[in-house]
Amino acid sequence: MNAAAEKASWDEAYNFAYLDEQTKRMIRRALLKAVAIPGYQVPFGGREMPLAYGWGTGGMQVTASVIGPSDTLKVIDQGADDTTNAVSIRRFFKRVAGIATTEATEEASVIQTRHRIPEKPLKEGQVLVYQVPQPEPLRKLEPRETETRKMHGYAEYGLMHVRLYEDISRFGHIATTYSYPVMVNGRYVMSPSPIPKFDNPKMENNQAIQLFGAGREKRIYAIPPYTSVKSLDFEDHPFEVQRWPQACALCGARDSYLDEVVLDDKGGRMFVCSDTHFCADRQEKGHRGPMAADPAAGAFARSSDTSARKEGER
Amino acid sequence: MYVAVKGGERAILNSHKLITETRRGDGAVPEVSVRQIGEQLGLAVDRVMTEGSVYDRELAALAIKQAQGDLVEAIFLLRAYRTTLPRFAVSEPIDTAKMLVRRRISAAYKDIPGGQVLGPTYDYTHRLLDFALAAEDGVGLPEAPVADAPLDDGMPHVADILDHEGLIEEERPDGDGAEVFDLTREPMSFPAGRDQRLQNLARGDEGFVLALGYSTQRGYGGNHPFAGEIRMGEVSVEIVPEELGFAIDIGDVVISECHMINQFEGSKEKPPQFTRGYGLSFGHNERKVMAMALVDRALRAREMGETAMYPAQDEEFVLYHADNVEAAGFVSHLKLPHYVDFQAELNLIRKLRQEHQDRLEKEAAE
Amino acid sequence: MNDGNATLATPDMEGLKPGFTEPVFEAQEAFRTVLNTLSYAGRVHTLATELDPPAPLDPATAAMALTLFDFDTPVWLDATIQGGAAPDFLRFHCGAPLVAAAGEARFAMIADPSNMPPLDRFAIGEDRYPDRSATLLIQVPALTGGPGMTWCGPGIDGEITVAIAGLPTDFWAQWADNHALYPLGVDVIFAAGRALVGLPRGIQVEG
Repeated sequence: MNAAAEKASWDEAYNFAYLDEQTKRMIRRALLKAVAIPGYQVPFGGREMPLAYGWGTGGMQVTASVIGPSDTLKVIDQGADDTTNAVSIRRFFKRVAGIATTEATEEASVIQTRHRIPEKPLKEGQVLVYQVPQPEPLRKLEPRETETRKMHGYAEYGLMHVRLYEDISRFGHIATTYSYPVMVNGRYVMSPSPIPKFDNPKMENNQAIQLFGAGREKRIYAIPPYTSVKSLDFEDHPFEVQRWPQACALCGARDSYLDEVVLDDKGGRMFVCSDTHFCADRQEKGHRGPMAADPAAGAFARSSDTSARKEGER
Repeated sequence: MYVAVKGGERAILNSHKLITETRRGDGAVPEVSVRQIGEQLGLAVDRVMTEGSVYDRELAALAIKQAQGDLVEAIFLLRAYRTTLPRFAVSEPIDTAKMLVRRRISAAYKDIPGGQVLGPTYDYTHRLLDFALAAEDGVGLPEAPVADAPLDDGMPHVADILDHEGLIEEERPDGDGAEVFDLTREPMSFPAGRDQRLQNLARGDEGFVLALGYSTQRGYGGNHPFAGEIRMGEVSVEIVPEELGFAIDIGDVVISECHMINQFEGSKEKPPQFTRGYGLSFGHNERKVMAMALVDRALRAREMGETAMYPAQDEEFVLYHADNVEAAGFVSHLKLPHYVDFQAELNLIRKLRQEHQDRLEKEAAE
Repeated sequence: MNDGNATLATPDMEGLKPGFTEPVFEAQEAFRTVLNTLSYAGRVHTLATELDPPAPLDPATAAMALTLFDFDTPVWLDATIQGGAAPDFLRFHCGAPLVAAAGEARFAMIADPSNMPPLDRFAIGEDRYPDRSATLLIQVPALTGGPGMTWCGPGIDGEITVAIAGLPTDFWAQWADNHALYPLGVDVIFAAGRALVGLPRGIQVEG
């Protein structure tokens, strides 16, 4: 046994990482099949967690089944380490697994996320766990599981292409901006979870292991490293990601996903990186955005700055 | 100034303190005890045990107290606790014909072997607010009279009486000796067996099951039900420990059970026969078991060769939406920040509006 | 545990070898290695286990069993493993039902690959549920030094040469048939000593 396990300390009213060992085994077996069949949704006997369904119970069960005493965990929601739900999930794992946590993407061995993929490219050995509210990319087209399962079984994805093409004829564009469906390893159409389509290209040939947990719908799926992940598109309407005319107001980044922050009720707004660690890291390295010295921007920076976060990281 | 969701840990901790204070309410009023809830809000406890899938009055009462009386929240607390409990054994099927009956009625016959037993029920109370209950010194210790003679030992099920004549379909288990589906350990799968459907309905939200059951009576589901029998009382639970090899009694549970009798037209192969719908809950909850029995029958459309045309007959619709822990979670998750996706939508709608504007201007210029 | 299982004698407690000393942490560590093994297909991963399992099981093979098997997983054993103390070890530590029919197994343990049944004897899953397929734990004499084959597919950056030793001569022809069933098919994890190599169904192998 490794040294980290000997030092592990957690709330021993619960088994390490909350789930009992049998539940972990069941989830671990599902994860292995998920990795073997990239993009295919494996049904699993999801358990009730002490967090509401829809708030990350699937991701939590996957993380709980993967994580060990030598891991370092990062939790983000909307790209940020200090959003309330990210804080809440990080607190949960500190309590039930005594796990070390970090905000630095490169220091984390397991990253649980809701709605974003970190800007910094992931490395081999890292595990990215996505919280998935609705694992079925075809659900809005066909509410019945018996039907959608058949469609996946026979790779009948015409309905999805029709839907995307209808957007084009109506709006001139595919009007899907997040949860943008992808084709994995040339076989399964998969929901990338509600990440913005900006993040879709990061899924392909990623060096890390990407695991997806949908607790309420009781499905697990995965993308192994170095796997083909294509966003669905048409030759005459190729897939494109979002771009902003602005740079991040705080760190000046031009290649990151930006959140729009409303500053007042007179139309004042600024755009800042949604990936808080990426942004803070750049600022530390001396990068400055156009509003870095602005008082309103400063107030924003303080409200999300390290004082609150450090407290959480004790 | 921007505050919103950034701020994290301290805000969460303070929110927890605030809810603790709010839950306690006015300090001048004595704190309610878990025992008081267990004794005096017993029907709430019964519902929480049923939908929480844990038969433990004390834990259910604690959950109700912790949830400030929000029963859906209390059910959630009990379910989450359930996850941490190891499983020691699977019980033998309970025998409700051997129930120690506290209440048992049939609407299908005037009298039945063992008799009609009204028991504790609000059915014939006039629903007038009883201000005596609001009095400072309460109601004291009311006592109900004790019957002159004990109830009959034999309380056969009304459905069994019909069965002797072959008037009602035989009750046969799904599959021969196949293991019973376990909804708490396996994901739902379709087509669902009756075991999976009944487990789902038993755990399902009372309001949802009630509304669906009601819909079958109003024409959304061709049901012609008779309340064959409703009974409530104690049954013993037995397990067979592997090292002993014979059944031992591990305790009693109070349950409610409903057998609905429904008409069935018959077919070329089968003579006309009544069909069954079944409902069961922990504790005393007739509304739930009756509604459940109606929906159970509606969901048997496929096996009865009926066309499933109505919501209550649609097993995916019913089973996927009956669980209030799942439903409440997913509805409430809309409270979580979604600003990344909202930004993506803002981005697109601005672009589409700009293109629309450009097109109009171009057309005007031409 | 259920009717289809091969019946075995009560475990002989006397000669029973111990399982994990710290089951929670050792299982977690082993699982992560197995997850990496199937995710980064074709690479050699090593388990840090001190298990001393009964013959003919190697530590890596036994660690996978202790990590993944329980009473929900029917397991098929080849004749070499059936013969020794391994069945008692697996029944006692995992509670796994041992099945005689290869097609019913979720996991198969093979210690004598030269005499293993053809891959198509095992469950390949169903169109709608390709996950209902077998995972084969094949213990080989060595993970290197065999005939070099070129692997490519999910989990492999480009291609990789792998030289598993001790496989039947027609194994790779069988594998081509298995891969052609994709997304159906069996998944394989090769083990030798404390080391593992993963071969999920999506991997294409050429000579």
